[in-house]
Amino acid sequence: MEKVLFGYLCIAMLGSALLAVFSRNAVKAVLWVLVMFLHQAVLFLTLQAEFLAVVQIIVYAGAVLVLFLFVVYMINLREEVRLPNFVSSYPWAFIAAFGLLVLSVAGLSGYRTARAAGVLTPEALLRYGHARILGEHLFREHFLAFEVAGVLLLVAVLGAVVLVRRIREGAI
Amino acid sequence: MIPVNWYLYLALALFAIGLFGFVGRRNVIIMLLSIEIMLNAANVALAALGTKMQDVTGHILVFFVIAVAAAEAAIGLSLVVLLYKRFREVHMDEVRMLKG
Repeated sequence: MEKVLFGYLCIAMLGSALLAVFSRNAVKAVLWVLVMFLHQAVLFLTLQAEFLAVVQIIVYAGAVLVLFLFVVYMINLREEVRLPNFVSSYPWAFIAAFGLLVLSVAGLSGYRTARAAGVLTPEALLRYGHARILGEHLFREHFLAFEVAGVLLLVAVLGAVVLVRRIREGAI
Repeated sequence: MIPVNWYLYLALALFAIGLFGFVGRRNVIIMLLSIEIMLNAANVALAALGTKMQDVTGHILVFFVIAVAAAEAAIGLSLVVLLYKRFREVHMDEVRMLKG
């Protein structure tokens, strides 16, 4: 049963990613990536990571893709349908991506997992829940990284505002 | 129980699709979307390894990758808006001011 679900998720994610990369219309590409992100949230659920699934939907589908859609609407792409999709050297890009895929699959073919040793056991997940375990470890061991990520987001928002602000004559 | 290798193969395939989109497409918005696809491929691999090794660090790393991806999308899209204001163009092979 779960293998059927995993197969469906694989096909849906790979198919929607391919459609996003190959679609002419930028709005359709953004919406196909949205489909991919929703399937990826379900994939996180199959990995017993429900907090990550919720964050995936809220942050990616709710914030990042809406940002993409706003930028697509601000930019006039009416002539996009008549222009070529890919750069002139795109066979080389295909060869590079395919070569990376073949080489890394060959490297991965002998991979075996090490012995599982950690705190994210199924019993702890059933007893405390994923969000609580993640939160405890995030705020105990990775608190500095959490703060730095907050500062990073603040700087990114300020940088975006400063970059696209309108410069008037005489102001500052 | 699904073996962890399947998740890693899925992540590799997604990463290859994103890489092809980033290198091959002309439209800069779809190049940024391809970066998001690649980051999500890395997220799949990190979450799968974190669950299979029963280690919470992989999941925390996914959390930080999502935060950094949000920051990267904000900065990248504001650069796209600047590019469009300056050149009226979002195709990266048409912007060749620095090439002379």
